[in-house]
Amino acid sequence: MPQSARSVGLHKQQSRENAMATPNTPLWEVFIRSRNGLAHKHVGSLHASDATMALQAARDIYTRRGEGLSIWVVPSTAITASDPADKGMMFEPAESKIYRHPTFYEVPDEVGHM
Amino acid sequence: MYTQALNTAEADDRGLEDAAKAVQFQARIDGEERIEPNDWMPAAYRKTLTRQISQHAHSEIVGMLPEGNWITRAPTLRRKAALLAKVQDECGHGLYLYAAAETLGTSREELVDAMLAGKAKYSSIFNYPTLTWADIGTIGWLVDGAAIMNQIPLCRCSYGPYARAMIRVCKEESFHQRQGYEIMLTLCRGSDEQKAMAQDALNRWWWPVLMMFGPPDATSQHSDTSTKWKIKRFSNDELRQKFVDATVPQAQYLGLTIPDPGMIQDADGHWRYSEIDWTEFKQVLAGNGPCNRDRLAARRKAHDEGGWVREAAAAYAAKRAQRRTAQAAE
Repeated sequence: MPQSARSVGLHKQQSRENAMATPNTPLWEVFIRSRNGLAHKHVGSLHASDATMALQAARDIYTRRGEGLSIWVVPSTAITASDPADKGMMFEPAESKIYRHPTFYEVPDEVGHM
Repeated sequence: MYTQALNTAEADDRGLEDAAKAVQFQARIDGEERIEPNDWMPAAYRKTLTRQISQHAHSEIVGMLPEGNWITRAPTLRRKAALLAKVQDECGHGLYLYAAAETLGTSREELVDAMLAGKAKYSSIFNYPTLTWADIGTIGWLVDGAAIMNQIPLCRCSYGPYARAMIRVCKEESFHQRQGYEIMLTLCRGSDEQKAMAQDALNRWWWPVLMMFGPPDATSQHSDTSTKWKIKRFSNDELRQKFVDATVPQAQYLGLTIPDPGMIQDADGHWRYSEIDWTEFKQVLAGNGPCNRDRLAARRKAHDEGGWVREAAAAYAAKRAQRRTAQAAE
């Protein structure tokens, strides 16, 4: 069954005995594209009330040393993750298909690099 | 970034859980696999890590206070910029760690509230005051140095989110130690008063820093579980010895004396330190250190005074969301 990327307990409304408890601020996942031209990569998460503040916070928390040139922030609740229990069903079929890799095929040395 | 071995594993309560799953879990740990948030894990593993990672996060946040104390009084603009950047880093490290702790199912707000309520611990080292500028040098050199010793093995911790946070932290941490050592070096090459100031700071911080590695192995009750779960890879005493061996030559280079007249170098080259006063450690942990009350009061004040910002941001986000819903309905 698909899941939230985070632990299940996190997103459900937490009952509080203490009325003074700090209310939860939404969680965002942060992705950064580094200057080397690779794709945006997940770097961590943060809390912010809205997307604008999430971007600002991501800049402060995750790019203090020139780590990136572009930031994506995504509400954590918007991410659907595969269930670790389905790992076998999801990924094992690929493991036996060695003919999907170039090294499965023989090319004589005389032909050179291919 | 600072961690301290005051973290002890929860009692093993796997008897209540699926025994087969527990065996499978331990096999994954033994096979050096990383455990991820949605994976099955024993309740005690979750509890131990939640506590350890959140204590670590609280330490980063409280750790901003003793150094923040000197930002406005840094001797030069260069030192001020560096200290400001370091304190900013500590804040960032706290946030990475809260995010890692949250993946175990407890919200950051709950973790922070527990700290503010005085129910959660943080590293005892931050309950000591920063009396002079030399304390800032000593903290960077020794406190961050000790933290690095603790944190490098944590980069290979069995819990994926914690290990990844530690990799980020360790990358940023080495600047902290170097800037601290540079401050010490400058003081030690300065006037007699400056050198005396450096020696005084070392005298005051040396023993509390050794205590950062936690109680001696002989008295540490729960290390076994943490070791079995590969949360902990070296014992408190092993890390402490590594730290002392690395630090003594650095002190010698500065021309400073380690305040331990009984210290000797053994045949294997290890620097053997004298008995540590663990009563002091227990007193500071119990809330009776020189600054415990100040630190908590400062954190509570900051949290309370930031309340209106959190409320305003939440209200603004709610208003915008409502407007979007209304527009979509038109």
